[in-house]
Amino acid sequence: MTGVTAAELTYREAVGLALAEELERDESVVLLGEDIGAAGGVFKTTAGLFDRFGAERVRDTPISEQAIVGCALGAAVLGMRPVAEIMFADFAAVCFDQIANQVAKYRYMGGGQAKAPITIRLANGSGSGYASQHSQSVENWFLNFPGLQIAVPGTPQDAYLLLKWAIREDNPVLVFEHKSLYGMRGPVATGEPAFGSSVALREGGDVTIVATQLMCRRALEAATELADQGVEAEVIDLRTLAPLDLPGVLESVARTSRLVCVQEGPAAGGWAATLIARVVDEGFDLLDAKPRLLTSDETPVPYARSLEEAGLPTVERIVEATLAAVNQ
Amino acid sequence: LSSEAHTSGDATAAGGDHSAAEIAELLGLYRRMVEIRCFEDAVERLFTRNLIRGSTHLGQGQEAVAVGACSALRPDDVMTCTYRGHDAVLAMGASPTAAMAELLGRRDGLCGGKGGSMHLTDVKNGAYGSFAIVGGHLPFAVGAALAGLRRDEPLVSLTFFGDGATNIGAFHEALNLAAIWRLPVIFVCENNLYGEYSPIAATTPVTRLTERAKSYAMRSVQVDGNDVLAVRDLIAEAAAEARVGGGPLLVEALTYRHKGHSRTDPATYRPPEEVEAWLERDPIVRFGGWLIERGHIDGDGLAEIRDAAAATVQEATEAALALPEPDPETRFEDIFA
Repeated sequence: MTGVTAAELTYREAVGLALAEELERDESVVLLGEDIGAAGGVFKTTAGLFDRFGAERVRDTPISEQAIVGCALGAAVLGMRPVAEIMFADFAAVCFDQIANQVAKYRYMGGGQAKAPITIRLANGSGSGYASQHSQSVENWFLNFPGLQIAVPGTPQDAYLLLKWAIREDNPVLVFEHKSLYGMRGPVATGEPAFGSSVALREGGDVTIVATQLMCRRALEAATELADQGVEAEVIDLRTLAPLDLPGVLESVARTSRLVCVQEGPAAGGWAATLIARVVDEGFDLLDAKPRLLTSDETPVPYARSLEEAGLPTVERIVEATLAAVNQ
Repeated sequence: LSSEAHTSGDATAAGGDHSAAEIAELLGLYRRMVEIRCFEDAVERLFTRNLIRGSTHLGQGQEAVAVGACSALRPDDVMTCTYRGHDAVLAMGASPTAAMAELLGRRDGLCGGKGGSMHLTDVKNGAYGSFAIVGGHLPFAVGAALAGLRRDEPLVSLTFFGDGATNIGAFHEALNLAAIWRLPVIFVCENNLYGEYSPIAATTPVTRLTERAKSYAMRSVQVDGNDVLAVRDLIAEAAAEARVGGGPLLVEALTYRHKGHSRTDPATYRPPEEVEAWLERDPIVRFGGWLIERGHIDGDGLAEIRDAAAATVQEATEAALALPEPDPETRFEDIFA
């Protein structure tokens, strides 16, 4: 089956299409997860796959995240290409050992005797009212594990391409799907994803705003407002956090001289602070203003709409932080 | 699968009349056990000379479990084990020189010096890893069996773990998953009566760890882990059943480590009479006695085997010590394929 060319799909449908195409293409691909089979997944990303590919290829598992991830690793090392689903990314805490100590380190500890082509999909992020234990953006938990690659698709196109890339990749990849983007529509075309390279969603010469996923959507809205005020912002979607596209960001900052990083999730130990540190380290002379770090507040994600929304970087806060950078 | 035939604790109960080939095989098991004992003794000495870094976990006394079980596997089968796994990896056929080089952190070690004592891996011999998070490898073993179903003849995934691992979540998740999918996994619990420094009765409410299998509707069997033939015959039978859809099995192998948990542990918490009783059941001494009793070899012959094994380990140690440490630049290799 070939991919759909520039069809309008939702982010959710793009995930499902990528899974279907890879299941079709390679019989070693197998999906593992809770309620991904007969139920089609709690976010319906795997809808229809169970009927089409059967219970052996689309495997419903018990609620056992350690077993899901560890089993996927063992199957990967023995020649399969498993795609494990963590229903809500927060549950990665339940199987942290499996991801951090087993998946990330397996190949290295053995001195490269085996490869582990495992993909782990995780439904991530806030903005949908799932409260503290089902809403955190947890991608930053995994930045400290050389051996893991991390994709954070922010569009239907990337949800499709990055997932297909991850499944074909011979190494572990965590793919964080943003729950609040599942309904987003956009064109999806076949093609080769450039894994590890960022993309400018909007070009501009006055300031560079770097973000991922939901924050990219807000940064684009902010950029429109900023344009009304005469400020042209370049909005960069990182697309992957490991590898982190430092050269791409430096190239943009070389033109704009100003940097704003917008991160969903608290600041400590996150990609945004790391990126700023690296830009300062390697590109200090490019900067005409101090880099700005805009993140979620230092709280667990609360439930009520007013509470949750107030804690996230809003369009208004992005505009504010960007103007501060531009006007310094 | 009968547990009764394998739990007599009497090595003389195993076996019947043996052909020349079978006798050679039996002597091979003896040789492998002695070689592992010599290896562990050498490791202990190298430790006291600070030539081996970090921690190590010696397996003297448990050789019959590793050698018996691994000798029943086929070349395509998958073995995973714990950080007390030198014995199992050697039992799969790993080069003693490459294994010792790895422990010494040398260039041509099994893992290029990246793994060390706790992560010995020799994939070409079916040793898919030594894992140092208690129980963390049991889901891996389930996945290996799942992948094996795609082959014409399913492989068997055999995984070793200690009694302490039966109290960690990954153990229960792995047994449950293997049971509902009826996968060919043989879970081999090396019950050496102590989880690190704690006697099993202080940490585990059941006295027979085979009980753990009941809540997963899984078959289980206890075996005398100091009887190499009992272990071998049990695993051979279990593997044959697993290959034709018999599903997973939990084996509890009763054994005893002669040493403490790790280098910092003199094992003073163990009653002297308990240690003495287990030393009398030393698996190598028992099997040697049985071989003589059956007329397969005499005392001088056994001594020759022991000398040859000691020489092999001595040569391996010297060869490993002569190797350089890895080039520091190689630390960046093997993160990704």
